[in-house]
Amino acid sequence: MKSAPLYVREGRAINEAKGSLLVAKGIPGVQYNEMVDVRLASGEIRRGQAIDVSEDVIVVQVFGGVSELDLEDSAVRYKGDTLRLPVSIDILGRTFNGIGGPIDGGPPVVADEFLDVNGSPMNPASRIPPAEFIETGVSAIDGLNALVRGQKLPIFSASGLPHNQLTAQILRQASVKGAEGKFVIIFAAIGISYNDADFFMGNLEETGAMARTVAFINTASDPVIERISTPKLALTAAEYLAWNHGMHTLVVLTDMTNYCEALRELSAMRDEIPSRRGYPGYMYTDLAMTYERAGRLLGKEGSVTIMPILTMPDDDITHPIPDLTGYITEGQIVISRELERKGMYPPINVFLSLSRMIKEGIGEGKTREDHNNVFMQLYAAYAEGCYLREISTIIGAEALSDRDKMYLTIADRFEAEFISQGEVRRTVEETLDIGWKLFAALPKEELKLIKEEFIEKYLPSAD
Amino acid sequence: MGKIWRISGPVVIAEDMRGSQVFEVVEIGNEGLVGEIIGLEGDRAVIQAHEDTQGLKAGDEVKGTGGILSAELGPGIIGAIYDGLQKSLTDLMAGGNEFLARGIKSYALPRDKKWHFTPTVKVGDTVGGGSIIGTVPETGLIEHRIMVPPDKGGVVKAISEGDYTVEDIVARLEKDGEVQELTMMQKWPIKKPRPYSKRQPTERLLVTGMRIMDYMFPLALGGKAAIPGGFGTGKTVTLQQLVRWSQTHLNIYVGCGERGNEMADALYSFKELTDPKTGRSLEEKEIFIANTSNMPVVAREASIFLGITMAEYFRDMGYDVLLVADSTSRWAEAMREIGGRLEEMPGEEGFPAYMGSRLASFYERAGQVECLGSPHRMGSVTVTGAVSPPGGDFSEPVTQNTLRIVDAVYALDAQLANQRHFPAISWLTSYSLYADSVAECWNDIVPGWSETRTAALKMLQLEAELEEIVRLVGPEALPEKDKLLLLVSKMLREDFLMQNAYHEIDTYTTPERAQLVVQTIMKFNDLAQKALADGGNVAEFRASPVVRKISRIKDIPNETVEQSIKELWAEMEISLVAQKGGVA
Ligand SMILES: Nc1ncnc2c1ncn2[C@@H]1O[C@H](COP(=O)(O)OP(=O)(O)OP(=O)(O)O)[C@@H](O)[C@H]1O
Ligand SMILES: [Mg+2]
Repeated sequence: MKSAPLYVREGRAINEAKGSLLVAKGIPGVQYNEMVDVRLASGEIRRGQAIDVSEDVIVVQVFGGVSELDLEDSAVRYKGDTLRLPVSIDILGRTFNGIGGPIDGGPPVVADEFLDVNGSPMNPASRIPPAEFIETGVSAIDGLNALVRGQKLPIFSASGLPHNQLTAQILRQASVKGAEGKFVIIFAAIGISYNDADFFMGNLEETGAMARTVAFINTASDPVIERISTPKLALTAAEYLAWNHGMHTLVVLTDMTNYCEALRELSAMRDEIPSRRGYPGYMYTDLAMTYERAGRLLGKEGSVTIMPILTMPDDDITHPIPDLTGYITEGQIVISRELERKGMYPPINVFLSLSRMIKEGIGEGKTREDHNNVFMQLYAAYAEGCYLREISTIIGAEALSDRDKMYLTIADRFEAEFISQGEVRRTVEETLDIGWKLFAALPKEELKLIKEEFIEKYLPSAD
Repeated sequence: MGKIWRISGPVVIAEDMRGSQVFEVVEIGNEGLVGEIIGLEGDRAVIQAHEDTQGLKAGDEVKGTGGILSAELGPGIIGAIYDGLQKSLTDLMAGGNEFLARGIKSYALPRDKKWHFTPTVKVGDTVGGGSIIGTVPETGLIEHRIMVPPDKGGVVKAISEGDYTVEDIVARLEKDGEVQELTMMQKWPIKKPRPYSKRQPTERLLVTGMRIMDYMFPLALGGKAAIPGGFGTGKTVTLQQLVRWSQTHLNIYVGCGERGNEMADALYSFKELTDPKTGRSLEEKEIFIANTSNMPVVAREASIFLGITMAEYFRDMGYDVLLVADSTSRWAEAMREIGGRLEEMPGEEGFPAYMGSRLASFYERAGQVECLGSPHRMGSVTVTGAVSPPGGDFSEPVTQNTLRIVDAVYALDAQLANQRHFPAISWLTSYSLYADSVAECWNDIVPGWSETRTAALKMLQLEAELEEIVRLVGPEALPEKDKLLLLVSKMLREDFLMQNAYHEIDTYTTPERAQLVVQTIMKFNDLAQKALADGGNVAEFRASPVVRKISRIKDIPNETVEQSIKELWAEMEISLVAQKGGVA
């Protein structure tokens, strides 16, 4: 066992304090981005980070701000290192706060290693393409937007929509075929309400999943700055379990919107030039540093799969938070208010949803040989039905041809039977068979995207 | 030499740096992080670090290297995977580096590997800059032509066949009494375009195998094109298709600030795929540059210049090279990030004022040229860049600046992508200014291309106009001739423009095959129109088995497609005729 060094340097000369920044006299040996503790005259300790280092001065960002700090009696203590997480296999089943301290009443982790929470970029040449299907038990995902090991697939939601319910359902149902014993969940709560955090933790405990879960909890009442470190800790834990212990980790980060807000707040405090809507110009890179930690490595057993949850401000998918996320992740599952209003659950909009890894994860030997064809034909039929539905709102359904009416029915049935499955779990075969049941209502020549042999094999006779 | 005075993100200020030059490469700190001097003030140098600066301290040493950021060019480059600074990621992987720690080093070109060099000139010949002096069979698809560096030249004093490393001397030249020693490796500053003797007009068609590109908006060898589109609309898949199937000699894929998984996906698929013409592994004609979004931001800037420098180097050998850059928006964002740290005056949306000219300086390196030196030869660099506009809004500065520079635009449409119409290239807003200049080339391959293309584009345009009416009155209220237009343009969209990148046969279409498919649809149109005039109706044409057959042409292997299509035509002649009370 190794122990973390406490402080390596201390400085007392503070020249200036404003907002969240403190300007201290330069001290030789201080590293850029080093972690700092600021001790106030009262004895209170605040965390901070050296964000600009020169020979003359060191600028420290103080998490929690500089109120009550006086220039005379405060001290800046330099830790000589960046933030690290103590890890060992014993982190499984444990719950930590946003800077890695245990909050489950258990003892501190006896560490095998202290890992830099920022990690290092994977060598792109060492990666292997994600290709193994994770069954979530949800048709709209498994059938049309499949998740695979090593992928990063977010859920785009909005306030008041059932993303928590859906996430809990996925956590409950998710399974990786052939590697059940190696499947673990890393759960990170980022600035969510205490109730929501409690809902998830209760769910994990009820289903007996807690023993194979590591949780990092930063609720709305916890320090904002720790929202920045919470996902990094979660990913560090996931990488450790995946690459050192061969585990398949599913990392759930909720709510990444709170993370981005925290990033904006810090940036504003640093007086940086903002980019779109006040978010920092480096938000893309910052999010990528987190999400790109998903993946698989050549010669390694484990995998890191990330499922971030975010709420779109104003239900707006072009808002910088969902927009930049979509530019980084390998698709997205979009929850729709319109479908929710229609009483559907899960209210997943499959047009806006996408899994970019689906083609690798499905098909013969993975799910079923007809999966790809079923997936394409379902999209085509539903798109046609929705288009006609739009037209029929103006001209009335009666004015449509018989063929077109048939497609209207298909769209309705698709929503009711395929998407809106409720809280039940479906195997991927069940999901595909529902697709075939819908196809049975169409004349065969309409099934343009399906191979003849599959039609013969899977199409139920029309009844 | 110097030492660090200040660190702020990727910007490092060093003092005691007198004697250094702007753009000189420096090594920072104990780990020797790569940086580049971007400004000098007295004895202080402003440095942009190409690697993560976390952990650097004031007082750490900064060493100048005397050189500016350059690419190593020579045998060993093809099939390699580099980061933005040309570190070989494959070598690092072989050395056990699954993760890229800061400061790790690797040579771009292997130093120990021997290549078989065969001279193409002899002692006594006079060779100028750019002239080819010998060849190395680097891969089964590419012969590496060893050239005199552009700034050298003279009378060959010694040259001989043999096995050499890239550092061995393969030839000696003499000029004005001075001897020049040539190795097979050249170094070239990446931000400086390589010279050529003359620009040529871009008139040769670049066959990409993608129907909507080749047929509707063709690209010329030496052309410059952009693919703008919101997230998930298909930029990466399109660019990957281009580097897979384009009929060029060599392709370069620059992943600039994008995903690691898709890089891995590309790398693995290239191992498995073969070139349609030669049947050899595609890896033998590719170079990868992978500077993913989580790798140091500053090196993104270098990655694009590195790629284009390599492209020019192979162009200079007399090859047709295609470079794709995914994504130029991330490149521009890297400039913005550095500009912000330097507290430069920001322009539109925080981008530095020079962003537009920097984009132009990249795209302008595309072109078809007459190469420098002897023998006389032509080479080309075609450039295609992805643009990722925030919120999918094309009015933003990177898209707008790019549109001013490029001559072909493949605009991706989110609506099409949502409906899974791929490639989601809009036929209504995309364009290519090369359509005229390559027309002769196209019509040589398939006579009649110009007319059929115009007819098809017109039909799609009419459909879009009709669509507005349909939304008001419904499809059933239209006259039969308009219903037919809707049916046929739908066939054009779904059976021709739509193309599945992941389908074994559909993924690549020759121009000849593309022509056959369009002709089939147009023939359907002609026959149906005739049948309409004779009293047929569109509902019945739609139900005809030939409609499904046309849609399944995609499954027919190339070897038999011509035969099958001819049979289909015969069937159409028989079945698409009006009979009393309907269609047979
Ligand atoms: N030609 C195609 N054939 C089949 N599928 C396609 C094609 N083009 C795109 N797709 C589908 O669209 C998805 C998204 O495409 P792609 O990854 O190229 O988007 P992008 O524009 O690069 O997005 P981003 O800006 O986020 O990187 C792919 O994963 C694939 O499922
Ligand atoms: Mg992309």
